[in-house]
Amino acid sequence: MSRSPLPYNPKILELFRNPKNLGRMDDATVSAVAGNPSCGDMITFYLKIDDEKEVIEKASFESYGCAANIATSSILTEMVKGKRLEEAWQTSWKTVANEVGGLPTVKFHCGILAVGALRRAIRQYYRIKEKKPEWLPEEQTFEEKQALEEEKLAEMLSKRLGIFESEE
Amino acid sequence: MVESVRELIRAHANIEKEVYLDIENSSPVPEEIVNEMLPYFNKRAYGNPTLTHKLGWEAYETIILSAKKVGEHVGVESPEEINFTPGETEANNLAILGVCLSRRNDGKKIVVSEIEPLNVVNVCKMLENYGFKVEKVPVDRDGFIKIERLKEKVDKNTVFASFSLVNNEIGTVQPIKEVFKTVKDINTNTIFHVDLSDAYGRIPFDVKKVPVELATISSYKILGPRGIGALYVKEGLKIERILEGQIGTQKLWPGVENTPAIVGFAKASELAFKNFENNINHMKKLRDRLIDGIINNIDETLLNGPAGDKRSPDNINISFLKCEGESLTIELSLKGVYVSSGSACTRRVLQPSHVLTAIGRRFEEAHGSILMKVTRYHSMDDIEYVLKVLPEAVNRLRKIYGSMGE
Repeated sequence: MSRSPLPYNPKILELFRNPKNLGRMDDATVSAVAGNPSCGDMITFYLKIDDEKEVIEKASFESYGCAANIATSSILTEMVKGKRLEEAWQTSWKTVANEVGGLPTVKFHCGILAVGALRRAIRQYYRIKEKKPEWLPEEQTFEEKQALEEEKLAEMLSKRLGIFESEE
Repeated sequence: MVESVRELIRAHANIEKEVYLDIENSSPVPEEIVNEMLPYFNKRAYGNPTLTHKLGWEAYETIILSAKKVGEHVGVESPEEINFTPGETEANNLAILGVCLSRRNDGKKIVVSEIEPLNVVNVCKMLENYGFKVEKVPVDRDGFIKIERLKEKVDKNTVFASFSLVNNEIGTVQPIKEVFKTVKDINTNTIFHVDLSDAYGRIPFDVKKVPVELATISSYKILGPRGIGALYVKEGLKIERILEGQIGTQKLWPGVENTPAIVGFAKASELAFKNFENNINHMKKLRDRLIDGIINNIDETLLNGPAGDKRSPDNINISFLKCEGESLTIELSLKGVYVSSGSACTRRVLQPSHVLTAIGRRFEEAHGSILMKVTRYHSMDDIEYVLKVLPEAVNRLRKIYGSMGE
């Protein structure tokens, strides 16, 4: 296990201390989870969507993870609020990282996971509506693939490392 | 980057009290130890101990007397058997590599437990690349070595065995005499190394009672300075140097001796063993108050490692479920409580501590683990302050966790 120094910038610290749009949304149109507890990195994204305009009326999140995870999730809810789903879809993890003032290299995956959760929620929305807009790619995007890989990797590691000899 | 760190430090401007419990990773050096060291930088004994002038002879005398002071608490009489190294990491490296290199033709097996520190685990991993086979003995749910499994792992090809008396993360005190006897009964030629880094000054050990060939002693973990440690090497043991250069008084480690640090290490030893019983009882009282205060007042918490007398007097390791470790260290830091977490989010997948997974903790239990160590300098007020701020910190992070989509 390597440990790198983590000089989080002031914006991340501020969002960690005072996250915006935090918490479960009871009237959400759709929600999606990325990551899992064994990754030590998990985000739930809730979206309330105006069906007619296909606009995100509000977004909120819940997070299990480090300060970068909390900060990127929080800022992403701010970034997509009021946006059309097509616009929101275009948000990449790099824009999220820039918006929080930059992420330490080892924390890039936190921004990726946040975008992964958002895109899963958007896909889920169209699945429920049984619609397929032209701009929505058939194939999984980079962030979605990375989220999936992270989940699989944690599952694999936890199987490999989690073998504990029970006391007979 | 440095500007960001300055901001992080500034965010701590209004904290009411500070309690440093991250002794595992680095420690403050008490004033009386610093004062003992100061003259050795420029007033006396600052010469090279191998040279023929007054300042060199002063250094020589200082180093030998210090080696005596460090060794006497573990039953080592000859200062020649104490080798100062730049720290316990280097001492463990020297013990393992030095012996395995010198005995590479006698056998290729090394036996360790699953919960040895990284300065043992990673060195063993390195030796695997050079044809050695590393046998890891499993531990039970409290971290105790399974003696029956140990018996299966040792054979005539086992050249080296390394076990910690006290585990650095979960404080388990191993029945080291039994472990030693088990290994030697099967193969009397196996060289036995004990890592005392987390035991020295807390759990008694005597090389006359348990005649190991090698023992590592740490300075900073007894509040001495960093940059110094020691390896006890039994007289006559065949061991190779792992670094080369100008050899001085320390036959196994080249370079000019760090006399001020050696003096600080010796002073730290003296203080750790002065009023030993009182100090240990004080630490146990603080430890148990902290453990009970957390387990009884915060839901979904787990004590990692054994409770009671088979736990090191200074160690507190607790998992907080639904609370990620790194976040918790930051949250606590902003309240003036400095601790460390067992997992480090430095990769895409958080790497849980190998010690916690070895005792059967699930990943999500390991990720929320916090390690704290108390010293004789901590007070009950310190502990009560930690118990005051900890529930608020955990609750805030659990609020962010929320229902997690369920």
